[in-house]
Amino acid sequence: MKEVKKQGGLNAEIQSRIGHQLRAMYDDVVRQGVPDRFAELIRKLDGPEAAAAAVAGGDTDKNNGGD
Amino acid sequence: MPLTNELRDDILASVPSLRAFAISLSGNGDRADDLVQETLLRAIANIDSFQPGSNLPAWLFTILRNLFRSDYRKRRREVEDAEGNYAKTLKSQPSQAAHLEFEEFRAALDKLPQDQREALILVGASGFSYEDAAAICGCAVGTIKSRVNRARSKLSALLYVDSAEDFGPDNTVRAVIGGNGG
Repeated sequence: MKEVKKQGGLNAEIQSRIGHQLRAMYDDVVRQGVPDRFAELIRKLDGPEAAAAAVAGGDTDKNNGGD
Repeated sequence: MPLTNELRDDILASVPSLRAFAISLSGNGDRADDLVQETLLRAIANIDSFQPGSNLPAWLFTILRNLFRSDYRKRRREVEDAEGNYAKTLKSQPSQAAHLEFEEFRAALDKLPQDQREALILVGASGFSYEDAAAICGCAVGTIKSRVNRARSKLSALLYVDSAEDFGPDNTVRAVIGGNGG
């Protein structure tokens, strides 16, 4: 692979290991697919109004009383 | 544009990478899923402002990134068991050695300044172009490039100190390792 040579002063092998670890971490989550809760959420929402209402009313566990 | 079924499907198709982005940013699976949920609600609530034909994943990532930033500012990092929480979200339990290496990587990633961490994830893991990453973060392309480069050198220094000395003066490496204050 030629691209590893482009890494300026950085050790190319280390950079490729870091890239690999980063993608491994990320792809592990991507492979989990879409959790049911999100599929249901999107299916349930009729449109912007329903979503806006859920944004406003859905986080009752947080204190939105003021800054 | 209106919320068509096609658009719903496209939004849904972005969920896996939105989750990966959220977990990479926050280091916390539960918080990440809350962020994704709020991102989806806000996206649909503001779907009229989405330009048909423009980059939907980039639009969704922008919403999530901004939510994370405001959330982060509000409560800083009260959760220090990030790695443990993250490990629970993994489907396949890695071997002990791999797990240790993973935790080290995760810990090093958490030590990066937020600007650098998000730039590195967007370009190095999500696969966005520098241009898209710049749009998501609201900064110049050159800024993203230099953040990614700095993130990479810091991770090198944190994870591979001995080899890292090959490319940097000793005291720089020490400063990076010692300088994880916050």
